[in-house]
Parts: sequence; C-alpha cells; structure tokens
Amino acid sequence: MCLGIPGQIVEITDIKNKLAVVDIGGVRRQVNIACIVDENHPPTDCVGDWVLVHVGFAMNRINQKEAAETLQILQELAAAQAALSN
Amino acid sequence: MKYVDEYREPKKGEILLREIETLSKTLNKRIKIMEVCGGHTHSIFKYGIEDALPNTIELIHGPGCPVCVMPKGKLDDAIAIAKHTNVIFTTFGDAMRVPGSNTSLLQAAAEGADIRMVYSPLDSLQIARDNPSKEVVFFGIGFETTAPSTAYTILQAAVENLNNFSLFSNHVLVIPALQALLDNPDLQLDGFVGPGHVSMVIGCNPYKFIPEKYNKPVVISGFEPIDILQSIWMLLRQLTENRCEVENQYSRVVETQGNIKAINAMNQVFEVREQFEWRGLGYIPESGFKIRPEYARFDAEAKFAIPNNQVADHKACQCGEILKGVLKPWQCKVFGTACTPETPIGTCMVSSEGACAAYYKYGRFSKVLIESAIVA
Ligand code: SF4
Repeated sequence: MCLGIPGQIVEITDIKNKLAVVDIGGVRRQVNIACIVDENHPPTDCVGDWVLVHVGFAMNRINQKEAAETLQILQELAAAQAALSN
Repeated sequence: MKYVDEYREPKKGEILLREIETLSKTLNKRIKIMEVCGGHTHSIFKYGIEDALPNTIELIHGPGCPVCVMPKGKLDDAIAIAKHTNVIFTTFGDAMRVPGSNTSLLQAAAEGADIRMVYSPLDSLQIARDNPSKEVVFFGIGFETTAPSTAYTILQAAVENLNNFSLFSNHVLVIPALQALLDNPDLQLDGFVGPGHVSMVIGCNPYKFIPEKYNKPVVISGFEPIDILQSIWMLLRQLTENRCEVENQYSRVVETQGNIKAINAMNQVFEVREQFEWRGLGYIPESGFKIRPEYARFDAEAKFAIPNNQVADHKACQCGEILKGVLKPWQCKVFGTACTPETPIGTCMVSSEGACAAYYKYGRFSKVLIESAIVA
C-alpha cells in the first residue's frame, strides 16, 4: 500500500495544476508534482528530476548523491572482506 | 530500472549477509527485529530474506499494512455509502476483497453498487468532473505516505468548487501504533526496521522517542532486498556498539525533516481523531485523520449517514496477535484451511502485504506444515 516507484519527469503538462509526465521504466504516466515544487524549484526546473511516485503523486525527489553513498558503503565492505580472506 | 536494479544484485546481498553473520556471532543471542511496514514484509518474503538470515535473527512482521488493520465496521460503513443509488464509490484495489461483516466491496459491486477501482485519488476527482449528477466518494485508506495525496485532492476539489466529490477518511498514523506496540509487555523487541515511505513524508525525528524512551534502535529502510539487508546490518551494528538511535538507510528518498509541503497539505485538510479503531489492536488514541470542519463539504462522514457500528472479528481470527507480532501465521487455527487468499477470514490474508498472505504465497505453507507436525 505504501509502495512507491522511481520515475523520471520528462515533461510538464500543466503548470497551474502542477501536472507532469513521468517515465517509469519505459511507461509514461501523468503525476501531480505539488509535493516537490516551491519557489526555489519551480515546475519548469523539474524536467529530468528523478522522483518517487506513489498513487499518482511525485512524493519526493530522489537524491543521486545519497544513492551513490549508500552503494559506496557496500563497496567498502566488499574490499574489507576481500582483504580479510587474503 | 535505475534506483531499483542496483539494489537487487545478489552479490551485494552476499556481502551484507556475511557482515550480518559476523555481527550476530558477536552478539551471540537471539535478536528480534520488527519490520513495521507491510511493504517490507512483502519484500522480505518475495526475496527470501528471512531464510537467508542467521537463525538467531527473527523478523517480526508489524502492523504497517493499512488494509490489514481496517476493522470490519469501517468496511460496513464503506459498503453502506457505496450502496446509495446516487453514489459512485471509488477505492484502491487493495480494499476490494477485505471482508466486512457480511460482504466485501467486491461482492457489493457484483450486487449492483457502482464501485470503481482507481489508481490515484485524482482519478476519482476526474470521475466526479465527468459525472456532475452523481456523488463521487473516495475511500481514503493508508498511512502518512498516502494521506498527502488525498489532502491535495481535496484542495484541488476546493479550487474547482467540485461539490459532488467527498472523501471517506480512514487514514491511520504510524507513530501512535508504534507507541501502542511498545507499551505491550508481550512483545520483546530488539529494534525496528522503520517504514521508508511514511518517513519520506514525516521525516526521521518522530521516531526519536523509541531510542530515547524505550531504548531500542530504529533504522529507516528502503524496500529493495539490499536496502533491507543493509538496514538489518545497521541495526546489528548499533546493538554490538551499544548505540541506540534513529538511523536512515533510505537517505536517497528520506530527508531528516521529511517533506514539509506534504506535511503542510496534510495538516491543512486533516486533524487528528481522538481515537481510531484498528482491526485486532482495538482503539488507539490519536491514531487516525479526519477532515477539518473547514472542508466539511468534502467529508463523506458529514454528507452520508454512516452506521458506525463496532463489529467483533471472526472468533477464529488471530489477526490481532499476528499484527502485534505475538503469533506466527501458522499458529492461527484457520490458516491455510478455512482462511486463504481466495476466501480470507482475516485481513492479514487479503493484502499481499499481510503476514498471513505472504507466508501462504511464498511457500512457507509447506515448511510450516512440517514444523507444526514436529511440534505436535
Ligand atoms: S490465518 Fe486468516 S484468520 Fe488467521 S490470523 Fe491470518 S488472516 Fe487472520
């Protein structure tokens, strides 16, 4: 029920009602982007953003840097394990 | 798919499993971890995570499945609204098969009620625009993940002055449910895997009382198998290092302060109910959202006569004990016999996020039969 899927905003279709089109693994779908826009990040700046989509709404932007860091920890663990087994 | 595939790679899972193994040896005792969210329960079964973990680590499946905690009386209320001749009742598919006292929404639809499944509350709003002579009601279920979307839908209806649209709010709140669980002496837990998408809205701070007052660590987690393994590893690390705090594994989506815009929309439209009934758990104080009086014209509870009956659960049903993590699904007498996903008696068998359905679907059934045979 709380499921969310990552998608990328490809087009803003209605600035006033804050509607956009996201690409979710090749499938295009209209979403509401009210939760992720403000003065600093207006709808027009959203194209290309990766977002987490839930029940027709983009609920948050996905942070690329944080995503990379989470995976980086795994690489460090792997390196440490390899060193131990040598 | 980006942000999905890289969190499903078996190699990464093996690395984490090795670390988990080492830490659990250091701890050298049984560890009970509750995953609160039904989405996590589903992933754990789908990817066989429980079987891959060392057998000193036990996962307890918590109450974070909104469909599972919906009491029968609420379903009866929904069906009563849906049966009005002038109503188009709209709902997420998840709620269709939940048993009320006599029927489900699915059966009510078969008997002629106009009940439509939607993917988003915005679809329901479109149905209202397209059918101005009908009353369109949306069945609002879900935790804080979903509540902002229904709040925005009502704000949009207000902008458009769409007076034939209303919401039957059954939104529930995670923190009061956790509080109720933590106050239950039956349940001895060592830590929590925290709900990722609820936290994307409310942030990390609302969980602070868990380490501070109850001395248990929390790691907020994503939903892919690597996310969950990494969160379990982080919990074990806290336990071995004698730390106890709220950590965030899912930082690519969850920010410490949450999503302020979503929180504001929620607070603008909803207020907290004095109490709300949860299936199996009873009444929990301040655990649900109702619509504020300013938006009463969009409130199905103000528009329709709601029976609001309290209905006891089926006497064989152990869903309450399952949701509290006190019993395992196979310990319920009707599990897999009278209660199956096709003919559910309890809610935990309806949703794929319910512990009973997950055990049933992902082959635990046979293992369970063997186990219970040994015990008997
Ligand atoms: S087997 Fe069915 S009745 Fe028993 S606890 Fe699970 S869902 Fe409830």
